[in-house]
Amino acid sequence: MSDLVNPVEQFLRSDRMPHIWCPGCGIGTTVNCFAQALIESKVDLESLAVVSGIGCTGRVAGYVKLDSFHTTHGRAIPFATGLKLANPKLNVVVYSGDGDLSAIGGNHLIHAARRNIDLKVICVNNLIYAMTGGQTAPTTPDHSITSTNPYGVFEPSFNLPHLVEAAGAVYVARWTTFHVRQLARSISEAFKKKGFSFIEVISPCPTLYQRRNKLGDGLDTMKYYKEKSKVRHGAPTNEVGLTMTGEIIVGKFVDRDRPDYQTMMRGQMAESLGDKFVEQAEMVCS
Amino acid sequence: MKADPRGVLTGTHFMDGDHACCEGALAAGARFAAGYPITPSTEVVERFASRVPTVGGTFIQMEDELAASITLQGAVWGGAKAFTVTSGPGFSLMMEHIGYAAMTETPCVFVDVQRGGPSTGLPTLPAQADMMQARWGSHGDYEIIALCPNSPQECFDLTIKAFNLAEEFRVPVMFMMDEVVGHMTEKVVIPPADQIEVVPRKHTHKSVEEYLPYATNGDMVPEIAHAGEGYKFHVTGLTHDERGYPNMTPQTQDHLVRRLQNKIKNAADRIALFEEERLDDAEVVVVSYGITSRVAQRAIGLARERGLKVGKLRLITAWPFPEKKIAELAAGVKAFVVPELNLGQMVREVERAAAGKAKTFPVSHAGGGVHKPEEILKVIVEASR
Repeated sequence: MSDLVNPVEQFLRSDRMPHIWCPGCGIGTTVNCFAQALIESKVDLESLAVVSGIGCTGRVAGYVKLDSFHTTHGRAIPFATGLKLANPKLNVVVYSGDGDLSAIGGNHLIHAARRNIDLKVICVNNLIYAMTGGQTAPTTPDHSITSTNPYGVFEPSFNLPHLVEAAGAVYVARWTTFHVRQLARSISEAFKKKGFSFIEVISPCPTLYQRRNKLGDGLDTMKYYKEKSKVRHGAPTNEVGLTMTGEIIVGKFVDRDRPDYQTMMRGQMAESLGDKFVEQAEMVCS
Repeated sequence: MKADPRGVLTGTHFMDGDHACCEGALAAGARFAAGYPITPSTEVVERFASRVPTVGGTFIQMEDELAASITLQGAVWGGAKAFTVTSGPGFSLMMEHIGYAAMTETPCVFVDVQRGGPSTGLPTLPAQADMMQARWGSHGDYEIIALCPNSPQECFDLTIKAFNLAEEFRVPVMFMMDEVVGHMTEKVVIPPADQIEVVPRKHTHKSVEEYLPYATNGDMVPEIAHAGEGYKFHVTGLTHDERGYPNMTPQTQDHLVRRLQNKIKNAADRIALFEEERLDDAEVVVVSYGITSRVAQRAIGLARERGLKVGKLRLITAWPFPEKKIAELAAGVKAFVVPELNLGQMVREVERAAAGKAKTFPVSHAGGGVHKPEEILKVIVEASR
């Protein structure tokens, strides 16, 4: 048996299994891709921290065998910001859902991108508030049926890659949970970037989104992702908005370089203060 | 341990309370602050932003107080001593994360330079109307510690105390200033670093295999680890067991929430700081805190000139409320007079602790200024009858 251990298991808190996610949910698939990326990119696990907010994806922090923080709703990014600034040696991943990151946490999302804080954000977008029972999210496509828009959604949704590119992210990619290898590769690439990276993963919620909208089960959704996804690396992000049953543009949309927050801070302080500037290396107080 | 001399501006200064608070934080070892501008507190972080790059640390101005109050906690788990500074409207936004700090036992300091409320209220004028909010503002059952300075010197001294208590008990400490104390300029003496006691973080010495993030060893306060040290621990705002894992059962809830309360309640006598004067023969005790205590001082003097037997109890620790002290005094005095810049907050605690053994007289003030000594004197006279 021992040689049959899943290579991903070393990254998981096995003592917390089974997890809470529904059959057909894509979040577990994304965690598998994340683990594959850790293997491929050989990231030092001791200096890796995962920060989540609240929601179905917010539970990821509780299942990964890493320094992991399950914070408050919407605030994973500012918590991660403090963690990274206090200990710049940490590799900090924010792993959360579309509602957490772009609604209640939307202000923090754009400001962290603007500041170019060195964070890797994995946003699992299931197009809905799932944990609370299927309410409309800022990402829910037009005409979708949700528990709070029982007659159909009529408010426009966010196109997250466009939003974070405009705000300043240095790396922006989107995949679906059908694109497991591409997703793992994007996460590995993000680990090599310094600055604010954002990876959106379109993921099914068979229990609430697919069911209410008569879009089938998890497997039907995989077929939809396979048939309707178009890989367009470098696609202008204003063209990648989502609809309920239409084409899903996936790929790496943005890969650019600009100095991250701490590099800019050190540069500015050194320029203004000269010899009086003291690096914060000794901040750790233990 | 002694303070790191790099953060200590030893000397005699002419300084306002906001700046003295910043110097206290630096002396206590704070090397991280996250803030959002708000009158009348902004000078604390303005000074920190100017000073901290020269002692090795970071200030970040966040997009709002929701962010500031959780960014500082990320910094704590990254190894820093950290704080934030705000006033009423911002304090309201921070309540969620005061609860998070209480639940996750994140040692940190929230400075609230109080102004008149509710809502935008009186941005530039004083009040003491956030006292109950400091205690009860976040949802659920928890305990915090709150200190009330009444001078720029105390803004320095007690900020150090606030950080020390935060580290000792792994609890968020509320530093309840007010606009007058924050903007009042007086002599502030900052001692040499080797005369400043600083409580280090209660960091675990256990091995990775042995360490349980929320296990306690008799004193009810668990040992902490920081991210990046190999412990691979989990922290959550959900009800959790000793491993830090979510465990949402009534039994775990009972065990955890009672411990969070009792670690403070059981140490209340040790945490309680107060100043007393002329209580020996007192028939009436004026209980006050913050800027109001300085007006009360004058009122007590005027009352003594009239031959009234009046004493002073100044609360330095507001929470946990020093109810034992009040109960002891209640057994021997006629009445308590409680002036405060609100329409009756801490007076309710005095009344509760006095338990009918002595009368309680509020001297309320809606904020925007301070009492006139005569207003307090009038109530002292009434209470002495």
